[in-house]
Amino acid sequence: MTQFLIISPVLVPLAFALITALLYKKPQLVSKVSLAGGFALLGTSLLLLSRVVSDGVQRTSFGNWQAPFGIEFVVDPLSASMATITAIMGVSALLFQMSSADPAPEGPTLHPLLHALLAGVGGAFVTGDLFNLYVWFEVMLLSSLGLLAVGMARRHMDATLKYFTLNALGTLLFLAGIAGVYGMTGHVNYESLSVASLLVEPMRLLPAVALVCAAFLIKSGSFPVFAWLPAAYHTLPAPILALFAGLLTKVGVYAVLRMMGDVFVVTPPVAYEALGWIAVATMVTGVLGAAYHWDMRRILSFHIISQIGYMLLGIALNSDQGTIGTTFYILHHIIVKANLFLIAAIVFSLAGNYDLRKIGGLWRVRPWLSALFLIPALSLVGIPPLSGFWAKFILVRESLVQDHTIWAVAALLVGFLTLYSMIKIWMQAFWSDHPDDDWTPPKGLKLGPAWVVTIGLAAITVAIGLMPEPLYRFAQEAARVMGGGL
Amino acid sequence: MSWIVALAIGSIIAAGIYLALSRSALRVVIGISLVGSAANLLLFASGRIGQGVAPVIPAGQTELVDATNPLPQALVLTAIVIGFALTCFSLVLALTVKQKTGDSDVDEMRDAEPPWDEKGQPAFIDDEDRGEPLK
Repeated sequence: MTQFLIISPVLVPLAFALITALLYKKPQLVSKVSLAGGFALLGTSLLLLSRVVSDGVQRTSFGNWQAPFGIEFVVDPLSASMATITAIMGVSALLFQMSSADPAPEGPTLHPLLHALLAGVGGAFVTGDLFNLYVWFEVMLLSSLGLLAVGMARRHMDATLKYFTLNALGTLLFLAGIAGVYGMTGHVNYESLSVASLLVEPMRLLPAVALVCAAFLIKSGSFPVFAWLPAAYHTLPAPILALFAGLLTKVGVYAVLRMMGDVFVVTPPVAYEALGWIAVATMVTGVLGAAYHWDMRRILSFHIISQIGYMLLGIALNSDQGTIGTTFYILHHIIVKANLFLIAAIVFSLAGNYDLRKIGGLWRVRPWLSALFLIPALSLVGIPPLSGFWAKFILVRESLVQDHTIWAVAALLVGFLTLYSMIKIWMQAFWSDHPDDDWTPPKGLKLGPAWVVTIGLAAITVAIGLMPEPLYRFAQEAARVMGGGL
Repeated sequence: MSWIVALAIGSIIAAGIYLALSRSALRVVIGISLVGSAANLLLFASGRIGQGVAPVIPAGQTELVDATNPLPQALVLTAIVIGFALTCFSLVLALTVKQKTGDSDVDEMRDAEPPWDEKGQPAFIDDEDRGEPLK
């Protein structure tokens, strides 16, 4: 049973990708089966999480070939929490797809690609082997390319090509980095690598590790290679966009965290210093880009980049508190970012457009939606008592403790600019009047599943904000297991 | 001996990136595919270049002597197959781009991010057409 649970983050979505692909002649059945698959993944992920919390790190090797010769799946608390949040995101996207708020066009390839994406993400989180990580990255890349192109309109093709170029180059850089790492240490298994890397001189190993991390930085959308993110994300339909925004960049951050925080702990401090400055640049450029735009999806896409900077800052701090901060931030941010995109989709379905200059007046007709928007928006900014406050607090405090005053000041100033963006969306979409005087929201919208998802995610945000202790203790345990190293 | 391989890998990556920066979508795709070949060569080279016997223990002996390392070759095989799938998809993508927009000049493609208007304000994104999936 445990072995099945360990491979379930990959096996369950792959199985449902196959099932939904075979059911292509029955479209009404496909979405229900797909949603059932999402719930199945959620169930197995929660079981895996509870198993890891009670029994410690779980591992299994494929074909009974033991490490370092075989491929291992190693599930420690961080991986288990990531797999669980992947499942939560999968369920949210599939449930939101059933509403009429900007759904993806249902074709025979949509649900198989969605599940293949969840399989790739799940595999990347639970694998214990560097080359296997490359394979899951490629699964994710191809599935996301397919999902970007699903609409087949001109802007979709444009976005897919731009996304493809930089991301494919990124995974090829990763491959080159693996070549360097394997050439120098002779291993690709995480545990064997962390032992073997002690035998290589740190500065000699640094270029290979840096190449691997550079590939992950491209994948996570950090400065200066984030241009593919605002070029492609806003052409996606809302449920897929929420899935992408929540998961894909965080896989890159997770991989950097795993490399620099766990596997290659002997990396010289200059690498962490460089990562910290990259993080600051990412934060600042992301939020400045968001301040320029008026399309809600583009604003929020730039905010993804900005928040990635915070997560990279936690890794750059190279301490237990930094790792706790990054873990807390990843978990909080996935929920908040997906929620923001989904609420923007609801606004789109009610007001008719994503562009803030063309909409307004939602406060009067939907006051509860306006209040609902404020929960993830203020959480993103970092206002207590929401989850973002605790995440930012841990990171800023650790930066000040480590005498990186500029980083802490940058983090706080970017918070102010994030507030500007959120208030801009609030004022334009909700508070001010609609430019068209006799506009009323359209009738006959099927928004039930949309409300369920957004209110559920907002409830998680409020719960984490009011009771951060359990998540903090979990992140602490995750950091301890990782820092324990070998 | 290995410096020849290093030089080859370097020039292939240079050629690939030069092509990936060009204006035609097809050249971009070919460029990325070249970079993939170079990465595969690098992975192969990490298994050490030189003479060696096949990694099969001869009959009557108990250990391998002077064998080549099979693991990087397995990694390269995997990477070649994955790269092949990626190249297939990207070729169809470049072809579809050419069919939809008439020409494949990537600099002229501004459908996803339209240029700003004369006052420097961001353009309105035209997404009335929600898209029709392939059936």
